[in-house]
Amino acid sequence: MDRHSTNSKVNGVSTGTTILAVKFNGGVIIGSDSRASIGGSFVSSKVINKLIQVHDRIFCCIAGSLADAQAITKMAKFQLSLHSIQMESPPLVKAAASILKELCYNNKEELQAGFITAGWDRKKGPQVYTVSLGGMLLSQPFTIGGSGSTYIYGYVDAKYKPDMSREECLQFATNALSLAIGRDNVSGGVVHLVVITEDGVEHVVVPGDKLPRFHDE
Amino acid sequence: MSSIGTGYDLSASTFSPDGRVFQVEYAMKAVENSSTAIGIRCKDGVVFGVEKLVLSKLYEEGSNKRIFNIDRHVGMAVAGLLADARSLSEVAREEASNFRSNYGHDIPLKHLADRVAMYVHAYTLYSAVRPFGCSFILGSYDEDDGPQLYMVDPSGISYGYWGCAIGKAKQAAKTEIEKLQMKDMTCRELVKEVAKIIYIVHDEVKDKAFELELSWVGEVTKGKHELVPKDIKEEAEKYAKDSLEEEDDSDEDNM
Repeated sequence: MDRHSTNSKVNGVSTGTTILAVKFNGGVIIGSDSRASIGGSFVSSKVINKLIQVHDRIFCCIAGSLADAQAITKMAKFQLSLHSIQMESPPLVKAAASILKELCYNNKEELQAGFITAGWDRKKGPQVYTVSLGGMLLSQPFTIGGSGSTYIYGYVDAKYKPDMSREECLQFATNALSLAIGRDNVSGGVVHLVVITEDGVEHVVVPGDKLPRFHDE
Repeated sequence: MSSIGTGYDLSASTFSPDGRVFQVEYAMKAVENSSTAIGIRCKDGVVFGVEKLVLSKLYEEGSNKRIFNIDRHVGMAVAGLLADARSLSEVAREEASNFRSNYGHDIPLKHLADRVAMYVHAYTLYSAVRPFGCSFILGSYDEDDGPQLYMVDPSGISYGYWGCAIGKAKQAAKTEIEKLQMKDMTCRELVKEVAKIIYIVHDEVKDKAFELELSWVGEVTKGKHELVPKDIKEEAEKYAKDSLEEEDDSDEDNM
């Protein structure tokens, strides 16, 4: 069985999707679309939540097989919670990303899910990590993922600046997701954004009719 | 000094009528038979000093080390049965390594001390095994959390310290340590004081030759635990010997 196929050949419910996470001055924004599809031609849900909270200040967004992703995040949430209690302090974002990476890497034959982990911790502040399908872990200032991400690489490379303000970053993330949704048939629905800072977590939902419109819409 | 167990001391799975587990207490006595080890935490690091008794002139210098490297940033000084201590250092190394593999960062010292202490404690529960006959001091330095020092004894409890001593002269060493203002000292100053304390507590009459083992971890080593470099060690030993001579001289004047 070929396990290294592209997203469109995944069996069962998959998240043909667009996900991203961006660091700004004082926090991170993690965002996604909300469409789940079967086989690329049937929208099985218009409003699923792909942003999973794994700890107070750490979120991850999922791409690939929805079932695998849910199983992995459930396990990771449990391990991270136990780790945090043993450490008697909130976990590092790197620790959360490492836990996901270990699960993905050690079970790479059976699983088909990738993640973006983003959050805030006391030691290093806001951070973004990407955990790929096979279990690679990488820290980046921002990252995009999912099938819709291929259409917006040019946009994010051109428009990203380090140390943006919260508002600039929200606009950047919303624009990027809208552009991807506009071109990728398996991404759509509403835009979910979560803003994570030292002070807390804020969930922003931008419904389809409030998304920014570009020249051809 | 001998406490008679009279039948309640045959295994670690038995309490005595007054609520003691004698096997664990006997294990602590094994530690008291060994030569002294001390660890002191200062404002920018941790320094270990061990009085290593040389039982034979035929021993190679530097063999039978009593200070171990557990991870890049963690050191361990031991007193008691050396073989037990070596086995525990392997346990500590595995814990630190597994933690790094799972969570991607250095193990915090408190967590390592808790994990190894839990392991030591497990051996105090069953009659099929005996408790570990060693105590050890763990020290580390991290940019964010600063220097940390923990001691674990054969009963499986771990304590955090600014300065602690284990082994036969631990009382005398503790008295000397209490005289220091370690919170205001740097590692370089502390190395000399640690050497001096070991020289002070060493009993010239009962134990003849000894080798001083010194190691440190702190800002001065950029967070890496290592043996103190030869030149600094020689300077510290010279300071220690000179201080002892001064005290001897002042004693003679009083007579």
